[in-house]
Order: sequence, then structure tokens, then C-alpha cells
Amino acid sequence: MNQWAFVAAAYALALFATATVIVLSWRAMREAEGQAEDRPRP
Amino acid sequence: MHRFANPARFLKIARPLTGWLFWPGLSLILAGCFCGLFVTPADYLQGETVRILYIHVPAAWLGMAGWSGIAVAALMQLVWRHPLASIAGRAIASPGALFTAICLATGSIWGRPTWGTWWEWDGRMTSMLVLLFLYLGYIALANASARQGQGQGGVSAATAIFGLVGAINIPIINRSVVWWNSLHQGPSITLRGSSIDGSLLWPLGLTFLGFSLLFGAIVLMRMRTMLARNKIEARMQRLARG
Repeated sequence: MNQWAFVAAAYALALFATATVIVLSWRAMREAEGQAEDRPRP
Repeated sequence: MHRFANPARFLKIARPLTGWLFWPGLSLILAGCFCGLFVTPADYLQGETVRILYIHVPAAWLGMAGWSGIAVAALMQLVWRHPLASIAGRAIASPGALFTAICLATGSIWGRPTWGTWWEWDGRMTSMLVLLFLYLGYIALANASARQGQGQGGVSAATAIFGLVGAINIPIINRSVVWWNSLHQGPSITLRGSSIDGSLLWPLGLTFLGFSLLFGAIVLMRMRTMLARNKIEARMQRLARG
């Protein structure tokens, strides 16, 4: 049993999931703050 | 805390703080992972799989700290009616659930070569799985209350009570390896010291701090998103009223 395969799988999963939540949170924030600032005031 | 009850005042601090938490957090994670993978020696018993420790332990900590944060936010919402508390609780839930899932997955991946099994229904693993289900329930309740227009972008009082009651699971997770016989090892790091050798331990400090800072940055991003959406919603309502 190659132990490095398990190590690589654990790191890949954790870093991919973390990167995904960062990108989604950042994009949602940019989009929402952009809309909040750009919309013409009544 | 009520000094930051004003969203404008909170945003004035949160905007620069997001970057101050994010970039040092990311740098520490990358440095910690590199050192954990390529600099520290393999463990004499576990071999190379000990390196999974550097992501598994911070994920476990953030899963538990996240729910503790939800409970504190719920208390502030229910007792002091702090207007940002419910938004903070809702912002914590998704990253908290994610890190709990990462903890379970990386623990399972570590368990296969070390214990010979992917999963064991022992106290630590089962209570951590319960925490994941609590997070999913909280997220479902928070989304439902947001759809019904309760909580002003945050969570309803019923969701906050769920967050408070769910906190009972945190000490259970913490003490599970002491209360029950478990495949999972006992507490390795306590206030009295660590049973892990220093040559293996130090990158854990980097990833632990790095993931914690990054978690804070993610929560701030999500709070900023909710506050911006509240602003849009309020403007739309004013426009609709003419």
C-alpha cells in the first residue's frame, strides 16, 4: 500500500474544497457589493 | 460589541480586515503544507500518513470552533438582539460544515492505511458526523427563514435556538476519546504539553493558524455579501413603495 497516495488524496481534497469555498465566497461578495453600489439611488 | 452593531461601522473594519486575514492565512497554509509534506520526517509508526495530521487537525478545530461561534452569535442574537449576530451565525455555517466534512474525509483517508478501515462507529467519529448533520440542519433552517423574510438576512430565532442547543455536541466531541474506548488516539495536545515530537509538530502551528485566519476571512466575505444583499433588498422595497 503506497502511503503517499493517501497523503496526496487527503491534501488534494482539502485544498480543492478550501479553494472552491474561497472563490465562491469572493465572487458572491464582489457581485453583491457591486450591485449594492452601482444600482441608481431612488 | 454593540459599537459594531452599525453595519456601516462594521464594514469600515471588515473591508481591510478581510485581506489582512486572507493573505497571511493563505501564506501560512502553503508554507505549513510544504513543510509538512517535504521537510518533516516520517513517523516511526505511522510512516508517511502522519502528514495528513497537518490538514486534519486544523479542519477538526475549525469544525468545532465554527459551531462554538454559531452558539455565541445565537446567544448575542437572542439575549442582546445584536443586529449583526444572526448574519455572523449564518456566515459561519457553510465554512464550518465544509471544514467538518474535510475533517471526516481526511480522517477516513488516514484511517485506511493506519487502522485498516475507512470508518469506525466510535465516539469521536460518530460525534463529528453528528456535528456535520447539525451544520446541515442549521443551514437548511437558515435558508428557510431567509426565504420567509425572517432574520433580516440572518437567521430566525428558531434557527438561533437550534444553534445554541446544538453546542452540547462540542464538549461531547472533545471528551469522546476520554469517555469511550476508541480507535481514535487520546488527546495529543493539551494545556500540559504535547505527546507529538517537536520535529513533527511545528508545521501544525503554521497550518493551524493559517486555516484559522482563512476561516475568518471567508466568514467576513460571507457577512459582507449578506449585508450588501440586505442593502439591495431595502432599496428594492423603497423603489416598490415609490
